[in-house]
Amino acid sequence: MAMLEVEDLNVRFYTDDGVVKATNDLSYRIEAGERFGVVGESGAGKSVTSLALMRLIDEPGVIESGEIRFKGQNILEMDEEEMRELRGNEIAMIFQDAGTALNPSYTVGEQISEAIRYHIGLDEEAARERAIETLESVGIPSAAERYSDYPHEFSGGMQQRVVIAIALSCDPDLIIADEPTTALDVTIEAQILELLEEVATEFDTAIQLITHDLGVVAEFCDRVMVMYAGHPVEMAPVEDVYYDPQHPYTVGLMSSIPRIGDERDRLQTIPGRMPDLIEMPPGCNFHPRCPYAEESCTRMEPQLVDVETGEPADPINSDAQSAACLAHTGELTGELDYEVTVRGEDDPVGSGDAASSAGVSDR
Amino acid sequence: MSLQRFVIKRSLITIPLLLGISLLTFGMVHAIPGDPIDFITLFTELDPQTEMEIRAEYGLDQPVYIQYIDWVTSAATGDFGRSIITRDPVINEIMERLPYTLVMGIMAFGVTLATAIPTGVIAAYYRNTKIDQASRVFALLGIAIPNFLLGLLLLLIFASWLDLFPILPPTSKGILSYDMLVYTLLPAITIGTGSTALLMRLMRSSMVEELDKDYVRTARAKGLPERTVVRKHVLRNSLISVVTVAAIQVAFIISGSVVVEIVFSYPGIGRLLVDRVGNRDFPVIQAIVLLIGVAVILANFVADVLYAYLDPRIRY
Repeated sequence: MAMLEVEDLNVRFYTDDGVVKATNDLSYRIEAGERFGVVGESGAGKSVTSLALMRLIDEPGVIESGEIRFKGQNILEMDEEEMRELRGNEIAMIFQDAGTALNPSYTVGEQISEAIRYHIGLDEEAARERAIETLESVGIPSAAERYSDYPHEFSGGMQQRVVIAIALSCDPDLIIADEPTTALDVTIEAQILELLEEVATEFDTAIQLITHDLGVVAEFCDRVMVMYAGHPVEMAPVEDVYYDPQHPYTVGLMSSIPRIGDERDRLQTIPGRMPDLIEMPPGCNFHPRCPYAEESCTRMEPQLVDVETGEPADPINSDAQSAACLAHTGELTGELDYEVTVRGEDDPVGSGDAASSAGVSDR
Repeated sequence: MSLQRFVIKRSLITIPLLLGISLLTFGMVHAIPGDPIDFITLFTELDPQTEMEIRAEYGLDQPVYIQYIDWVTSAATGDFGRSIITRDPVINEIMERLPYTLVMGIMAFGVTLATAIPTGVIAAYYRNTKIDQASRVFALLGIAIPNFLLGLLLLLIFASWLDLFPILPPTSKGILSYDMLVYTLLPAITIGTGSTALLMRLMRSSMVEELDKDYVRTARAKGLPERTVVRKHVLRNSLISVVTVAAIQVAFIISGSVVVEIVFSYPGIGRLLVDRVGNRDFPVIQAIVLLIGVAVILANFVADVLYAYLDPRIRY
């Protein structure tokens, strides 16, 4: 049994314009201590997925069906009291924009120690000490003095460290990091990722990292789920996705990453945009933007299948690379004839035909 | 530390403000048409010699700027001269009436805060429900109804029909008597209703805005009980904008007391002011207007300090 198992999760938003299908039969798992990446464009349902894990989806959103099992217990059946015990204590969250995620009128120390007092039951003084330790562990210099500073007295990167400290304060088993570095500049981004990696290893914490940046995923994650329009289109260990992507959307995401030594004049982008989640295109949701789409793609909705066998994938019990594209069930006449080039430190070292899983050497 | 410095800085600013208020007060009273001499002598014909003597007695023979300086320097020591009508020291007349107005004003402000903040919070938390709509209707009525009309209605309903209050204030028992305090509730509610309505809606909108902010989600994600999230995190930030407007309401409560004291025959300084305006009793008028100005400045000072206390980003 994995630490977290999400099965057939359906989140709906009942708006005046219609029902928004934010996630569709979403299933995945995260093992203890694992780093799991969730990638996709804005609107793919990444944040909704993470808020669903905390049961913090606001009106008019509802978790319509499915199960979220944390350590074997379905959290969707818990009462509010049990849920609060989990939040911040066993499952913690790191939010995107630290500048707004912190309350401007309380000191950062208070914002860390209030959770410690509540969950661990320490008194004022002990909670303060633990909060200062946590601040130190996220690399805030002279933590004891900064304990009583207000958020506006910190820089953006330092604020993000405080937000991470809040998440770490009660020693959670799972941290959901929702685009933790999007609001930061690149050098700070690298520091924050390094910090997350350090603390994840030190405390043996599992992390679900939500991002739109495949580069971040490559550095950080063990496994990755690529989401499109509320469901996974590809799920695999991170190397497989990098060296051997199996879904045209993943390929599109990858080709829009600039790489040093790139000879392309312009970045490639995926044409079009995410479909309207109220009225999704029939068949494969991605077909209007897919360069390989055929007539059958407009009719048949591809299921997530094991790319080796073409059998329906089991995202909860298996690690095998799976993708949701008709190419893998033999229902396409053509091939996905793209090339994946992976460059090493100094030189291009290999290339391969992704559709036939040709070998690609290391980076 | 920084809050302390802010308080000191902020209190220094009140000095020029106070001077400006005194200048304006003095100027306005002296711009009123009509010669005070006529009211002192009750419009009798005077020989120039006697007139000069009377003018000298009240300092009216001096140039205006000398009159101003004389007035300000003695006002600073609490000496506002003598009333033209009663010949009593102005300060005594005011001190006799001030407790009534103070008690009424504090009661009005207390009633306002005690009702506006909780109802605003509830309306925000249950926004767009029946509760919220009811509060909106009440707010519209409360803002729309003039003080004097509301006062008369309350008197009609509670004093005349239901007989719960006397029609006239039991002044002879003194301000701190139980009967007088109970009676004071009526004018206090009358003055406070408009402010209550306004502050309630402001509290609601400020709270609705804060409830949508990211830090509320952070607080919830910490696993804090909803009660703590609202009372500790949301309320404090919502109060920041309410505090400023509440301070301005102090000015409305003071100015409202002038009309309301007349409706209720209430023996406060508002009624004293209206009485003496009719008689050009300029020492009394000047003193009361100055007092009101000082009260408003103090209220704003308190608001600014509270504001800085609530929002640490304000201390410059």
